[in-house]
Amino acid sequence: MNETHHRVTLTVNGVVREATVPGRRLLSDCLRHDLGLTGTHVGCEHGVCGACTVLLDGEPVRSCLTFAVTVDGQEITTVEGLAQGGALSPVQRAFTECHALQCGFCTPGFLCTVTAFLRDNPAPSEEEALEAVAGNLCRCTGYQNILKAVHRAAEIQAAEIQAAELQAEEGGA
Amino acid sequence: MKPPPFDYHRPATLGEALDVLAEAGPGGKVLAGGQSLIPLLNMRLAAPARVVDVNRVPGLDGIEAGPSGVRVGALARHAAVERSPGAAAAQPLLRQALRLVAHPVIRNRGTVVGSLVHADPAAEMPAVLALLGGAVRLASLDGEREVPAAEFFTGPMESAARPGELAVSAFFPALPARSGTAFHEVARRHGDYAVAGVAAAVTLDDDLRISAARVACVSVGPVPVVADVTAVCGPRPAASVAWDAVAAAVRDLVEPEGDIHATADYRRHLTGVLAVRALRDAASAAHGEES
Amino acid sequence: MTTRLFGEPVQRREDPRLITGRGRYLDDLGAGALAAAFVRSPHAHARILDVDVSDALDVDGLVAIYTWEDLPGALAEPLPLLIPHPALTHGRTAYPLAREIVRHVGEPVVMVVARDRYLAEDACALIRVGYEVLKPVVGLEEAAGGAHLVHDDVPGNIGAHLVQEVPGPGGETAREAVDAAPHRLEFRLDVERSACTPLEGKGVYARWDADDASLRVYSSTQTSTSVRMAIAAKLGLPLPKVEVVAPDVGGGFGVKIVHPWPEEILVPWAARLLNRELKWTEDRREHFVSSSHERGQVQHVRVGFDDDGRLLGLEVEILHDHGAYTPYGIIVPIITSTQLLGPYKVGAYRVEFSSVYTNTVQVTPYRGAGRPQGVFCMERTMDKIAAYLGRDRTEVRAANFVQPDEFPYDQGLTFQDGRPLIYDSGDYPEALRMLKELIGWDSFPEEKARAAAEGRRIGIGVGCYVEGTGVGPYEGGHVQITSDGRVHVSTGLTSQGQGHETVFAQIAATELGVPIERVSVVTGDTRRFGYAVGTFASRAAVMSGNAIALACRKVREKALRIAAEALEADPRDLEITDGMVHVAGAPSASIPLATVAVLSNPLRYAFDEEAKRATQFAGPASDDRPPVAEGEEPGLEGRDYYSPVRSTFAAGMHAAIVETDPDTAEIRILRYAVVHDCGRLINPMIVEGQIHGGVAQGVGGALYEKMVYDEHGQLLNASFMDFLMPYATEIPRIETAHLETPSPLNPLGIKGAGEAGVIPVSAVLAAAIEDAEGIPIDRMPISPSDLHTLRRSR
Ligand SMILES: Cc1cc2nc3c(=O)[nH]c(=O)nc-3n(C[C@H](O)[C@H](O)[C@H](O)COP(=O)(O)OP(=O)(O)OC[C@H]3O[C@@H](n4cnc5c(N)ncnc54)[C@H](O)[C@@H]3O)c2cc1C
Ligand code: FES
Ligand code: FES
Repeated sequence: MNETHHRVTLTVNGVVREATVPGRRLLSDCLRHDLGLTGTHVGCEHGVCGACTVLLDGEPVRSCLTFAVTVDGQEITTVEGLAQGGALSPVQRAFTECHALQCGFCTPGFLCTVTAFLRDNPAPSEEEALEAVAGNLCRCTGYQNILKAVHRAAEIQAAEIQAAELQAEEGGA
Repeated sequence: MKPPPFDYHRPATLGEALDVLAEAGPGGKVLAGGQSLIPLLNMRLAAPARVVDVNRVPGLDGIEAGPSGVRVGALARHAAVERSPGAAAAQPLLRQALRLVAHPVIRNRGTVVGSLVHADPAAEMPAVLALLGGAVRLASLDGEREVPAAEFFTGPMESAARPGELAVSAFFPALPARSGTAFHEVARRHGDYAVAGVAAAVTLDDDLRISAARVACVSVGPVPVVADVTAVCGPRPAASVAWDAVAAAVRDLVEPEGDIHATADYRRHLTGVLAVRALRDAASAAHGEES
Repeated sequence: MTTRLFGEPVQRREDPRLITGRGRYLDDLGAGALAAAFVRSPHAHARILDVDVSDALDVDGLVAIYTWEDLPGALAEPLPLLIPHPALTHGRTAYPLAREIVRHVGEPVVMVVARDRYLAEDACALIRVGYEVLKPVVGLEEAAGGAHLVHDDVPGNIGAHLVQEVPGPGGETAREAVDAAPHRLEFRLDVERSACTPLEGKGVYARWDADDASLRVYSSTQTSTSVRMAIAAKLGLPLPKVEVVAPDVGGGFGVKIVHPWPEEILVPWAARLLNRELKWTEDRREHFVSSSHERGQVQHVRVGFDDDGRLLGLEVEILHDHGAYTPYGIIVPIITSTQLLGPYKVGAYRVEFSSVYTNTVQVTPYRGAGRPQGVFCMERTMDKIAAYLGRDRTEVRAANFVQPDEFPYDQGLTFQDGRPLIYDSGDYPEALRMLKELIGWDSFPEEKARAAAEGRRIGIGVGCYVEGTGVGPYEGGHVQITSDGRVHVSTGLTSQGQGHETVFAQIAATELGVPIERVSVVTGDTRRFGYAVGTFASRAAVMSGNAIALACRKVREKALRIAAEALEADPRDLEITDGMVHVAGAPSASIPLATVAVLSNPLRYAFDEEAKRATQFAGPASDDRPPVAEGEEPGLEGRDYYSPVRSTFAAGMHAAIVETDPDTAEIRILRYAVVHDCGRLINPMIVEGQIHGGVAQGVGGALYEKMVYDEHGQLLNASFMDFLMPYATEIPRIETAHLETPSPLNPLGIKGAGEAGVIPVSAVLAAAIEDAEGIPIDRMPISPSDLHTLRRSR
């Protein structure tokens, strides 16, 4: 009973990684156990909790409902890849500032989901922010501070963009 | 909760896909978005010998919208259809319904056609196809066939797609002028499958009276329950319809069952309430289109 | 001032690793370890006839298969009954792997070890267990009927039966008081099963070091010290050869306080036997069917009261469902029976419970631990009295409150810790006043009338509770200042998201006068601290917080003593600021704590700059004194324990406004308000977070979550798809206000806060729905379908 293995190449957080996996290997397990990126968590393995959410070519997907072989050749961003050059991303900073995590187990899924959401919708309304995080379960925080963090992250992101623009202007002048 | 072993195939062309599916026969399973199939595999409630991953088959992700309706390819994700302005213009019910399907992240992967083939009686897209009288196009080595919605859904989690067949697209017809649609549902949690839900389409005549009214109800039978309620609604303007009678008529048509989330009686009751809400909204949408 | 950190919303120190994916949860450890999986019973009650593993032997990567027959010595015995009680006359626990009989769906029967989890599950699927199905006992009343038995030797399925009685002021019994009261009510209440469901399941990872004959075990537990003792005992290993570490834990809420779980001893055992690293990570389905549940009770109430709604007598009979086994004793019904009293004086009280076996998953404490049921009982009683008398519901409550000048107040009962139930402090009238103001209680009738005019149904509800927190027997803390000036704090109890690293660092920084950046905290690692009880009953901050404060005070005293010698000053004139010991008012006469740490150790190898610098302070050695004087120890460290005489009692009151849809019966919470008193706040941000999380779990328990068993004992909703844990969309905005009545019982004046949020939510929402609908709500949780059924039967 030897299973056929497949060679997959994934670009994870900008780094090309390879693994040899059976067809049934879940992307979540491939990231965690084949590539050692254990920041992506697994809370249900049936698509409901969202802890395993990663970005696939920039779009959030459930890594527990994706086979690693299916996404061969594609780009993946996990929680480990959200901080750029050692600096925490606006979403990460907002989550700490607003105390939007307790045990932290759900957090990677929220961070990935919110990162993609704010990229597409940098100034969300209350309702949009709620809808954006409404597919992720958190058993600890009661969501109050997670919602706060989404708005706070939008603020930080906007301030950063503004600062960068200013700098570019000055640089150009 | 890990999937059982299977042979994995990733055909690069439609022809190759059909070859593999033909060879696999009843032991073969198509993998599209995986948002229904993989949970079943993880729980070991399904154990296909072969999984045919069609995600790399070119040409299946089309969304073609035209005056007659919208053709959705097998790899068009829920999210892509939901966002497509063309699809929304040609058949607004698609977007109305898709917003109720699971959560945005699931919609990034799940496909509309996969949802139809999966044929969950609580799912929204089968009801949409049934309401609109659309069809699913199935391909196999023997050629293609177009199965109308009325024949496509054959039972809970059962569709007319046979072993060896790939659903390549589905067609959602447009409605005549002065038509409107709406989808109302009650789910236990936001994003859950509906406890009960109703899709409605209403068409008005030149005097803005209801000339056609249909509903499709989810979670109240083995397949979407479609009912023509034109006779109870029209020909009258929406404001003077006897909505209680409409609700009663719809309730009489459905055969819900109770489960851990709701009693049969509640589902029946709710279906009446939601039918009225959906029909009224559909009627005002039809008005809106007129003005 | 950088060092006055107690009471400040200090940002969490655990966050940086958790938001970058660098947390270490159980399944993040042990890359390459073998994986365990279990064949679990598909039947609620059955006799095991045979186990056929032949097909599984072909699975590639299979390493071992074990059944009960393979277990040696103490491992083959039933799991320990952790908390015996004289009333628990028929306590029963499971075997680590089922022996002959299985008593609930999910009970482990066969353990499989393979190269990875996929393969282990493949093998499980191929193992055939033959069963003779026995009649399952499901449902409280069926169990109490006793027609069929869960355990052959437990007649009537009654595991425990306990009566507690407090006579009224005139010596009358509760029965007499109720019978003689001007008004009487009698009714039945039902609370259904729910569960903790932390987002991370359980998990165990074991490493046997054959060279050293020692075992290192990581477990996602709320009590690593006790898991360690259990492993040592069950495996026959010397305690010093076993280390247990709780890594980052992804939530617990009670379920991870139970120990040892079968897997917690089986995995280390097999790891040693195979001399291979071995890991078991519980999956979601396993967590539903083979961990613990809670809450299920039926209560029969008789109450007598006067014209003002003052209680004269209260009789409560409780039927408590403890599932198939009782490893955790009868803590839950004991807490229900005692904490039911809440902030009230009830006159004569009699409570009787029967704790019964059913063929379902065992019941052990879930956040709140029996209190939500008790509060549901008392608060429904208050509302029924108010309705009967036509009085305002808050007035009836106020009439029964223990008054601020009556503390300490003795309720006359025995609490969960075996100590008298004596409330230490509180101000209930003030809390109620604050709550009414926060929610707008007095103006609600107009709001309701306005809504009604628009065809909308809204209702308001209130609920009060008292929570015994910080139960003993003890916790300890160890504090060490090293020669680099860093402060290392450790405590044996574990953390699962409550921010202990931050809170304990705040306490240490405040006590020692050092910047918080220099403090590091380790919890739940038996290599660092061997004695602890565990994290439950809202006790972490009270117990370990106080222990750490006491340990810090010892270290501080020693530091001042050494510094005084070096500075030739009186220790009483010294202060510590920013890590420098100095003479009060004379900052120039100072010495860094780092240097003091060097001075505290007579052995002064100059490994670092600090050691070299210290030489300038080293006084001339005295010839007639040993370098380490009697009663002294080298090093600047201290250990202390905090062991309170009894629990401290936090309290709170919640109110909610709900709207019910007249057509669809959907229930929406429009507002949710909390007034909370947990004594002095160490970190208000963290306390607030605990309340939010508790309320959300309460909302889940009131409106969404229940464990649904069919008559065969099958759990019908063992997935997140059907066990409806709320998403953000289901949780209202939570408004909070704090009242601080310090506890006189402990040095920091604090009370526990971890469980409070969840306790009164079912009571509050039942009251609000009842107010909106005008239908008595006596069973929780309630779904739209349930409400619809109630409307129909009106
Ligand atoms: C948490 C969660 C919540 C959800 N909530 C909802 C909801 O509220 N409403 C709802 O409608 N859905 C819901 N879904 C399901 C989701 O919409 C799925 O995406 C959809 O039902 C199936 O689409 P898929 O592309 O993922 O199909 P897959 O999972 O890939 O396949 C499903 C089935 O269809 C077959 N199949 C798929 N595509 C084809 C094809 N082209 N030809 C032949 N056979 C095919 C497969 O073999 C399989 O049997 C939910 C899913 C999750 C995980
Ligand atoms: S682990 Fe993927 S959604 Fe829960
Ligand atoms: S922080 Fe623990 S589950 Fe979200």
